[in-house]
Amino acid sequence: MDKIWLIIKREYLTRVKKKSFIIMTLLGPLLMAGAIALITYLGMSDAGPQNILVVDDMAPIFDRLEDGTNYTFDYSDMELADAKKLFPESEYTAILWIPEIMDGERSSRPFLYFREQPSGRTIRSIETKIEKVIEEMKMAKYGIKKSDYNKVRTNLTIATFKFSADGKEEEVLSEQVLVGFVSGLLIFFFIFFYGTQVMRGVIEEKTNRIVEVIITSVKPFQLMMGKILGIALVGLTQFLLWIVLMTTFVSVAQTVIMNNKKDVFIEQAQQMQQLPQMQGGQLQVAAEINAFDITDPENLINRMNWPLMIGLFIFYFLGGYLLYAALFAAVGSAVDSETDVQQFLLPITAPLMIAYAIAIMMMDNPSNPAGFWASLIPFTSPILMLIRVSGGLESSEYWQLAVSMILLIAGFIGTTWLAAKIYRVGILMYGKKVTYKELWKWIRFH
Amino acid sequence: MNNILETHNVVKEYAGHTALNNVSIEVPKGSIFGLLGPNGAGKTTLIRIINQITMPDSGTVLLNGEPLKESHRSLIGYLPEERGLYRKMKVGEQCLYLAQLKGMSYKDAMSKLKYWFEKFEITAWWDKKVEELSKGMAQKIQFIVTVLHEPELLILDEPFSGFDPINTNLIKAEIKRMNKAGTTIIFSTHNMSSVEEICQDIALINHSKKILSGTVRDVKNDFKANEYEIEFKGGLLKFTNALWTGATLLSSVELEKEHFITTIKIGGNSTPNDVLSNIIPHVQVTGLKEVLPSMNDIFIQAVSKTTHSQNA
Repeated sequence: MDKIWLIIKREYLTRVKKKSFIIMTLLGPLLMAGAIALITYLGMSDAGPQNILVVDDMAPIFDRLEDGTNYTFDYSDMELADAKKLFPESEYTAILWIPEIMDGERSSRPFLYFREQPSGRTIRSIETKIEKVIEEMKMAKYGIKKSDYNKVRTNLTIATFKFSADGKEEEVLSEQVLVGFVSGLLIFFFIFFYGTQVMRGVIEEKTNRIVEVIITSVKPFQLMMGKILGIALVGLTQFLLWIVLMTTFVSVAQTVIMNNKKDVFIEQAQQMQQLPQMQGGQLQVAAEINAFDITDPENLINRMNWPLMIGLFIFYFLGGYLLYAALFAAVGSAVDSETDVQQFLLPITAPLMIAYAIAIMMMDNPSNPAGFWASLIPFTSPILMLIRVSGGLESSEYWQLAVSMILLIAGFIGTTWLAAKIYRVGILMYGKKVTYKELWKWIRFH
Repeated sequence: MNNILETHNVVKEYAGHTALNNVSIEVPKGSIFGLLGPNGAGKTTLIRIINQITMPDSGTVLLNGEPLKESHRSLIGYLPEERGLYRKMKVGEQCLYLAQLKGMSYKDAMSKLKYWFEKFEITAWWDKKVEELSKGMAQKIQFIVTVLHEPELLILDEPFSGFDPINTNLIKAEIKRMNKAGTTIIFSTHNMSSVEEICQDIALINHSKKILSGTVRDVKNDFKANEYEIEFKGGLLKFTNALWTGATLLSSVELEKEHFITTIKIGGNSTPNDVLSNIIPHVQVTGLKEVLPSMNDIFIQAVSKTTHSQNA
């Protein structure tokens, strides 16, 4: 047992000390946080305050557009062609052209010409303002009072509740299932990434021929398990570091962005209240504001059972990894070089790919029947069970979670047993093109 | 117990062919034992069984009189023919790791490594990666790793391949020194001249069977063909006539005028004395010595004989 620790220690330390590991660990969350921050930032930011020249062919109707927080309107009675000619030398950042036919009956679209793209938020804000004017035009035309309009104006989203057998009801948010999906996806990538590392390690030892020296000191099984467990610890280390770093980066990024953009949010929120007829864009803003408000008990962060999710994540991550890592090790032992692995990798990657496809279907419908079976089968359950759990399991479904977990444990014991039989023959077999028939002989006769 | 290692009727079959067929060898304690045989004869399989890398299908292997067990692993040092180290790992780290896997403590391994690195004058390599070393340098490291835990039984498969003559002598001297200090050495090689130089006992395996074993002297005696080298002054014709029926001339070299070295084969019941008494009246004999077959001849003779009878 001492010896397997030595092997675990070596496998762990040589990988953790590698530059690539340190870079990946630091860059991974930076990249992810950076991507999130960038998307958020780009969605909100403009290069600077926008100074928009309005070419209104329907003047004076659109003269009442109000300026926004970071944009101002100037009006001109120029023709569009003249405005365009002047545009490059002018101090305007954009031209908003409202064509003549926008009279509320025949509607065309306004055009915005810009030098630097205004943010989506700015554009949506301008759209809303124009919509408002057109709506007022229509109301005047058809003799509808604004108060009447506000009375009939409707905007709804369906709230979905899961109604369990014992009569409890629980609201299901699609974001909840998303948490499960992302967890499954992470496990999917971890299995692939670290499984491949196990395989590479085995091939390295085999082609180096150092394996023959080592297995005079330890049993092949100890060497294989030491490698698998050592790399599992590398994966866990990286995962934990990522969580810590991610949390730090994201909260720093959020604070910075939120401070910069607080006034924008406040303005949007006020618009929301003033203009109940606002659509799409603003609602999304509302949702975003909501998502950041962690004091709201309905908020995603407070609705998830995080200890359960994290516990199960680690269980399925380790279980799935152990199950596949053993198979990756067996493949590594059976070949002479990495170029030969292709034929043996297909049966390993196929169930993972199927699991991924089912995961996408389950995003739409967590109770998908294929998802039910696949969340029990150990080859796919590490990726899929978390999606079901995150959507909320009824107490009458708990047995399925138990079965899935037990099967996964049995599954990795099974694949490890199988892999060990292939491994101890394979690592000493050189210069032979191994077939599936050959592998079967190893399992049966050795 | 005089034998450190005994194998009794060891059989190992792989799908489709027999690697070892009832092989029994006895390696005396403190000896240098040559395990010989052509490529693919089954030597490596036997060595792997002794190292507990694979298990025999039947037969027993006794180390110090006991069937092989886990704790025996640390009593054996094995240098495989195909050398290998982790290329990206630092030399010192790697030596420590492999030594600890053999059951040495960190402290013990460290102090012994220091001794060997100073002895071979390679302390500067400690922090280098193996891939930065030349092939010969890596071989030296591998040799140190093999002997570091001071095994009772050292199994060396072609230990001199990849070494230049200077380093070959260095390693040879170390092997002899360790043998004097009590280490038993199993030496697997194709280099028959080094067998003659180093080994006391041999076993020859061909086509998965042991076909020859014993001390080098006994084996040579078994293979000797009653050939003698005679040096004399006088006429060759006189000499040949004098041999008469007791012996036949195989070859002759004229060193200078009337001075020959000849090889003869003494036949039937004649003795060298009979031959001498026949020729002494005719030529002046200046030397006589028995011609023993070289290990190289014995190897070729024994292997081709069994191969031939197998194919027949």
